[in-house]
Amino acid sequence: MSAITPDLVEAHQLTPDEYRRIVEILGREPTYTELGIFSVMWSEHCSYKSSRLHLRKLPTRGPHVLQGPGENAGVIDIGDGWAIAFKIESHNHPSFIEPFQGAATGVGGILRDIFTMGARPIAVLDALRFGPLDDPEAGARNRRILEGVVSGIAHYGNCFGVPTVGGETVFDPCYNGNPLVNVLALGVFRHDEIFYARASGVGNPVIYVGAKTGRDGIHGASMASAEFTEESKQKRPNVQVGDPFLEKLLLEACLEAMKTGAVVGIQDMGAAGLTCSTCEMGSRAGTGIEIDLAYVPQRETGMTPYEIMLSESQERMLLVAEKGREEEVLRVFRKWGLDAVTIGVVTGDGLLRVKDRGVVVAEIPTRALAEDAPVYDRPYTKPYRRAPMDWPEAAAADVQADLVALVTSGDLCSKRWIWEQYDYMVRTNTLRGPGADAAVIRIKETGSSIAVSLDGNERYCYLDPCEGVRLVVAECCRNLSVVGAQPVAATNNLNFGNPERPEIMAQLVETIEGMAEACRFFETPITGGNVSLYNETLGEPVRPSPVIGIVGLMKTGPVTPTEFPRPGLAVLLVGGLGFSDWRRFGGTQYAKVILKALWGLPPALDMDYEKRVQAAVGEIVRAGLAASSHDLSGGGLGVALAECSFSEAGVGAAIELDSELPDHVLLFHEAPSRVLISTEAPEAVRQIAARFGVEAPLIGRTQEVWLDIANRGRRLVHLDVRSLREQWENALPKMLTSPRH
Amino acid sequence: MKFGVVVFPGSNCDHDAWYAVVHNLGQAAEFIWHQSSSLGDVDAVILPGGFSYGDYLRSGAIAKFSPVMAAVRRFAAEGGLVLGICNGFQILVESGLLPGALIRNRGLKFICRQVSVRLETADSPFTNAGGRGEILRIPVAHGEGCYVADERTLDELEAEDRVAFRYVENVNGSLRSIAGILNRERNILGMMPHPERASDPLMGSTDGLVVFRSMVTALAPNR
Repeated sequence: MSAITPDLVEAHQLTPDEYRRIVEILGREPTYTELGIFSVMWSEHCSYKSSRLHLRKLPTRGPHVLQGPGENAGVIDIGDGWAIAFKIESHNHPSFIEPFQGAATGVGGILRDIFTMGARPIAVLDALRFGPLDDPEAGARNRRILEGVVSGIAHYGNCFGVPTVGGETVFDPCYNGNPLVNVLALGVFRHDEIFYARASGVGNPVIYVGAKTGRDGIHGASMASAEFTEESKQKRPNVQVGDPFLEKLLLEACLEAMKTGAVVGIQDMGAAGLTCSTCEMGSRAGTGIEIDLAYVPQRETGMTPYEIMLSESQERMLLVAEKGREEEVLRVFRKWGLDAVTIGVVTGDGLLRVKDRGVVVAEIPTRALAEDAPVYDRPYTKPYRRAPMDWPEAAAADVQADLVALVTSGDLCSKRWIWEQYDYMVRTNTLRGPGADAAVIRIKETGSSIAVSLDGNERYCYLDPCEGVRLVVAECCRNLSVVGAQPVAATNNLNFGNPERPEIMAQLVETIEGMAEACRFFETPITGGNVSLYNETLGEPVRPSPVIGIVGLMKTGPVTPTEFPRPGLAVLLVGGLGFSDWRRFGGTQYAKVILKALWGLPPALDMDYEKRVQAAVGEIVRAGLAASSHDLSGGGLGVALAECSFSEAGVGAAIELDSELPDHVLLFHEAPSRVLISTEAPEAVRQIAARFGVEAPLIGRTQEVWLDIANRGRRLVHLDVRSLREQWENALPKMLTSPRH
Repeated sequence: MKFGVVVFPGSNCDHDAWYAVVHNLGQAAEFIWHQSSSLGDVDAVILPGGFSYGDYLRSGAIAKFSPVMAAVRRFAAEGGLVLGICNGFQILVESGLLPGALIRNRGLKFICRQVSVRLETADSPFTNAGGRGEILRIPVAHGEGCYVADERTLDELEAEDRVAFRYVENVNGSLRSIAGILNRERNILGMMPHPERASDPLMGSTDGLVVFRSMVTALAPNR
């Protein structure tokens, strides 16, 4: 056994203080295996040591919440005795090192979190962030990462049989060395089918299920808790390899085993593998677990206890069965052709005791590992921000050309090339799939449906983390209102740089506070999520990139389309034209794409007005008055009008505006709280809006073929929507096949 | 009548086929486990979409050795109706029950898309409820759906009126735009598009019901 030297402690990314604490907890020096176990459990990835203190500020309770943070996934009630489990997870670091497997195993990990709870996964959404595809230096690599990530997600999700129904993709140079891959999964089950990750009942057997353990992924959790350096590519062996077919077997077998009634508790082996699952299950139940590694199915020979405990081999689960009923459980796994072996027993002493052929190699209190990890109140100052407050006001040269440039830009162009690689229809519940404001999934069992939206905006959040994230929450809820859904609960993924830098820590703290305020206001408690820190390469952090996923409830029925369905409809802008001064214009897509600049502050948000707009839109849609509905976000009114014109039928609109704003500000400012509705009953729509104190000016009518926009009689845009749509559709494939550099 | 839906461990459209038959069509259906060597008392068999045994080798390459496929072979030889959808079609060609092969899409990527297919013959137990030349909106979702066969086989398929469906716009590079074919006895249909995904008005199209309705019609006189 190796002696524990300060170098070895440092190599495990433990500080001298943390090491002293370990010695204190154990009352002795740790063994090498124990040091490894502590290092992964106390890593940022597993312990949330930098964020925990602040995460407590988030609202977690609400009328629909059955299970808040702390379990494998949050659970909400959807009525009639049914529930939804959902959560988001990041797989950023592995996806940079090995895009295909990194993204694939990201999907696999979050799916296991869902079916561990007893729920059958019904949908996946992804928030993806890459460096620009035409970046002069990193473009080729960014394209390769995008292609790898997308095919990795497709490979895993398609084979597993879960539809990938939505998400978003954003390009920015801050992601050149740090792509983000955040995956949200949802599952459905009955209230009485919920399983918890608790090792209850002293004497109950601990059963290992699924793939054999190999040397892959050792220290993955620690890798995800450090910045990237030049040597990071050497970490490729730390990325695991996914087997979606095995995961599918695991899903079916676990759900079937749970039905036997002999399963007491169950947890997937994700980050920190066997270590994390054993000590967390013990800690939650206040019990201990004793296992002998000799029984663990192994893919390779000669693995040390250290390697077995730290392996992150995929598609493995740990479960505790009722003593005497093991055979009922094991029989199910045999039916599905899976390894299932009793490797240990639940004990009453609160210790995780790991033996290797009878010899104790680690003995640690489960609680110390899972709950007593260090919590840091890291110093924070002012958020990291290098953008100027002001920028010389630019006059618009040609807003029509600008509109074309915007709809063909990376963030706003059609993402069909991406989502057509995903099976978004399997399970025949996708009432609204990718490419819309919100995805809508039917729940066959209840007659109700759920709507889901996933949003982020790193430009707003960089300019002001608190205001930025409030805008993100508002937009996410607005996306649900346009399909008539009532937002009920949220999950968050906080992607930031190195929290040991006070300016980065400040971004994280302000984001959490802004998110807490907005989630409270919009009544969407956070039921779980993920924090991904150290998203930095060579000292360059990503912009603060909180991603929020919100779930809403609605009745099952035809979903109101995004696009104008036919000519001759009135077009109303619920919420009004809005307003922006130059300073609040610096975070827009126009500033990004046309001016190539970032300055000032994010758009101003009046949360009270926003809520009333959403309530009005929800009611309008539910009353069946909207022939189409689409919220305004990136690219403002101009881009939203174009998007509404992208139906296959080729229906545009003739729009007459009345505003004093300069043309480009009028068309492209991103003030929130606005939704475009086309309708045959403009008066009824306006009456509902008026009841909520919301303006809803009639701005035009839909028409065949052309999108015409004028302000005070002056024509600004006259475009054939069919050709504009073609450019919008072809933009991404073009960026991928004919690089400009 | 009663449909049997075969379940391989990696099938993932099994529930969808079952739902379409039971809820959208109003017929009975039951699942048949891949290790079963008997099909029970079903009147027709559906091999659903998915990834049978993971399909890491070649889609359907392992499935052809399964006990249930031996039973399907016998069932088909006795004239029973067998519908293979997507992975089911792949399994049927791997098993030699249908000619040709399904290889990776021309674009080398998985494609999930609502497409238009033309019904090419109404002379089969799977298409009798439709009209020849009718255009149906039915989605595809596959990575290996490019139909290939030698020229003689293709000529034969056409001469014997065994091309059941063709893509209006060839999405995957299939020779002669073939989307679905019949065996010589016309009691086996393999098709890449998913009729079970086009059986519910909420899913945007009910054109796929033509296939299931035809099967019900074809079997009705026997009852």
